[in-house]
Amino acid sequence: MPNFIDRRLNPKDKSLSNRQRFLRRARVELKRSVHEQIKAGKIVDVDAGHSVPFPIDGTSEPSFQTDRSTGRREHVLPGNRDFISGDRLPKPGQGGGTGAGKGAASEGDMEDDFRFVLSREEVLDLFFEDLELPDMIKSSLKEAVTFKPRRAGFTIAGSPTNINVGRTMRNSFGRRIALQRPKQAAVDALAEEIAKLEEKDPKPGSAPFKRLEELRREMEVLERRRKVVAYIDPVDIRFNRFEPMPLPNANAVMFCLMDVSGSMGEREKDLAKRFFVLLHLFLKRRYDRIDIVFIRHTHQAHEVDEETFFRSTQSGGTVVSTALEEMQRIILDRYPSRDWNIYAAQASDGDNLAGDSDHCVNLLNNELMKLCQYYAYVEILDERESAIFRSTDNGTSLWRSYRLVGENWRNFQMTRIAKPGDIYPVFRQLFAKQSTAAKNS
Amino acid sequence: MSKSARPSDLLFHGSDWSFATLSRTYDAIKEIALDDLGLDCYPNQLEIISSEQMLDAYSSNGMPLIYQHWSFGKHFVYEDYLYRKGRRGLAYEIVINSNPCISYLMEENTMALQALVTAHAAFGHNHFFKNNYLFRQWTDASAILDYMEFAKGYVTRCEERYGFAEVESILDAAHTLMDQAVFRYRRPPRISSAKEQARARERLEYEERVFSDLWRTLPHSKQSSDPDEEERDAQERKKSLNLPEENLLYFLEKNSLILEPWQREILRIVRIVAQYFYPQRQTKVMNEGCATFVHYTIMNMLFDKGRISEGHLLEMLHSHSNVVFQPGFDDPRYSGLNPYALGFGMMQDIERICMTPTSEDRDWFPEFAGNGDWRATLLDAWANHRDESFLLQYLSPALIRKMRLFALDDEAKENHYKVASIHNERGYEKVRSSLARNYDLGMIQPNIQVVDVDLLGNRQLRLQHTVREGIVLSESTRDATLRHVRRLWGYDVSLVGVEGNSDRVIYETSTDKLSG
Repeated sequence: MPNFIDRRLNPKDKSLSNRQRFLRRARVELKRSVHEQIKAGKIVDVDAGHSVPFPIDGTSEPSFQTDRSTGRREHVLPGNRDFISGDRLPKPGQGGGTGAGKGAASEGDMEDDFRFVLSREEVLDLFFEDLELPDMIKSSLKEAVTFKPRRAGFTIAGSPTNINVGRTMRNSFGRRIALQRPKQAAVDALAEEIAKLEEKDPKPGSAPFKRLEELRREMEVLERRRKVVAYIDPVDIRFNRFEPMPLPNANAVMFCLMDVSGSMGEREKDLAKRFFVLLHLFLKRRYDRIDIVFIRHTHQAHEVDEETFFRSTQSGGTVVSTALEEMQRIILDRYPSRDWNIYAAQASDGDNLAGDSDHCVNLLNNELMKLCQYYAYVEILDERESAIFRSTDNGTSLWRSYRLVGENWRNFQMTRIAKPGDIYPVFRQLFAKQSTAAKNS
Repeated sequence: MSKSARPSDLLFHGSDWSFATLSRTYDAIKEIALDDLGLDCYPNQLEIISSEQMLDAYSSNGMPLIYQHWSFGKHFVYEDYLYRKGRRGLAYEIVINSNPCISYLMEENTMALQALVTAHAAFGHNHFFKNNYLFRQWTDASAILDYMEFAKGYVTRCEERYGFAEVESILDAAHTLMDQAVFRYRRPPRISSAKEQARARERLEYEERVFSDLWRTLPHSKQSSDPDEEERDAQERKKSLNLPEENLLYFLEKNSLILEPWQREILRIVRIVAQYFYPQRQTKVMNEGCATFVHYTIMNMLFDKGRISEGHLLEMLHSHSNVVFQPGFDDPRYSGLNPYALGFGMMQDIERICMTPTSEDRDWFPEFAGNGDWRATLLDAWANHRDESFLLQYLSPALIRKMRLFALDDEAKENHYKVASIHNERGYEKVRSSLARNYDLGMIQPNIQVVDVDLLGNRQLRLQHTVREGIVLSESTRDATLRHVRRLWGYDVSLVGVEGNSDRVIYETSTDKLSG
């Protein structure tokens, strides 16, 4: 009988740590592939596994290898059909590997077309590396904790609602045994005996009378003792103890505000969408639950579903403040800021009704910025304009007004994008570890 | 045991396996293997694993445990990719040269396959590991698992103490020299795993104790201009350092100018692992041939005894013929000579020559043709040869004809191959010796040795590549590898390519001339 061992239940991922070492090693190259893919591909697909080409840089394992294109070799091959010695065979291809050498095709030759799949977590790690919430947001995140009481043992003081009956009765029982509190049964038995004797009504001085007296005294002792040793004494009482546990606020709501008036075309909407998706993805890494509220506006604002938000157009003027008012209303209505981390991203082409921009600034300064963890304003430019506007602080009326807000609130960021390639850098800039964004705004 | 094939004699029915049928089958196989074939095996330990675990085992060179390094992760990713794409199936088994001999059986295998694999790995490979002279001399089966355990723990402790990056860079450099990290001729000292840890500590303590800074302050000897004296000095220096040295890692471990004791210990670990696998690389054809021949023979004997049903035998033969399939050189499926096919073909051929030789066989193999004892002949061949010598001694004209082997002359400068010899009277010898040379690791791998060290001057380490047949090293990997050698040596390293028979220098390179 040999030694059989069933290893199937052993942990499977023995190579996992080696895989992680490999990914760490190839980090730079993998990151580049992932970034290229995300830039070029659909952003909604980001949240999944990615297949990437095998990284070569930094993961090569060199050794002394003979050069195939030099010297003289002899190969022995099977399956000769009609060659005789002295025959000449043309070499397949020129310069490269020899036909006979094909047998030795090793990993090195295969790696060119070899792609492997990174898991979703690995992709996001590569993608969001060094992308952290700005410090200020982190600190305000800490403030935004809520407390939840959590059971933490027992205590001798507390409110009556927290009495732990089981524990209290246990203590009481122990104490009663220890102090020998007379049981009810014993008292009852004594009382019955006394009643029986009293029925007979013995004469004073007779033996039963003495016995009755004796019993009555005994009864008195018992009752006194029962009174002194209470059934439940304050020392028995135990309360459930609760400790307030700080809970990081795990809910976030993300407001997407967009101008959908005629001036916003497909291109602008697409750019805006990409930005929103990226923001959503980013928040998803931080929070357990994220609600998204879509508010579109022309000269009036509505909360709509995602499909309508991105697809349908509406004609009308542009009054940005309506969207802000709608957002404020929804926050007050459904998302109290003590329970929710509120993020807002606004996309617009910068048009606004004359005079409304000041109203927006007031709304933001006085109301909304107090509620929001972060407010990002993205202005979508025409590609031709981008060259002009990128470098200057001039711009649309909305841009100029928002700059005033940006000066007051550190968690207000604004930037301009013109083409899909811009989005990711801009996103990084907005959420960069250091607030480099401040210089641009 | 009854000779008639009654259903009750069958070892198993259907395709599902259980530990009861595995055990019953094992016992039946063992009886034939030990009593009939006369195999001599280590005790067996059979482990059932899943496909994920098989992939894990692939990435760690088939060892059940190995130190951690990214390159194993890379291999895992690669194997995993091939497997998931369906480009490559998984092996039915992996067997480890250890005592007890560990064989991994895949859980997906049917019972028939488990029987085949048990005979193949637990008896064929096992016997080969225990008896082949290379394994007996160069590996220590009873110590290897303990040693790997030690190595893994040691590397982990180093990572904790000196950081991942430090350990990784040493391992990277050491891995590049794995092919040059074996003793080919000198027998290495046997490793005794139990004492290994204590020795590592002792070595360290000793080196700390005998270190004396005074030696550094000694005045340099006077420069002598006498060429004779210089020559004598060089001779003496080489003698004291045991030069030339073929085992580069060994040399660096002992003589590197900058390595810390723990770094030397890591070089030692890599070197010992390389040495452990060296015999396997030299006996691929024989090892697989032996195991395939054993499983084929045992399965047929079991069938003859009525212990296996026809259906199961057919299933086994199907797998068997897949394993020994050898497409011709012009077949799209061709990827080199299949060691299973070549090895199994030769073993069967030896059996035939022993039992029913032709006159040609008698001419070629007078020592054993017709001796009627193929068992002893094979046991002897398995014990005393490696691929190169085995091919050279036992490849028969009959098999050359059967496989239609031919030799191609490949001069890199020409734009055509020349057919050097084919399977005819004039060609047998040449085909045979060419093939044998192709299995000689000493011929395939570049011969690079440490020849000199300038300890008093600029401390340059001089390596020499003896160039055979004009085959030089591929430059990109050569330079990258040299940089790693420099990392371990601490000072510049030069490599000279010298033509084997004329001492003509073909190329020369040095790390101080390499950029980066």
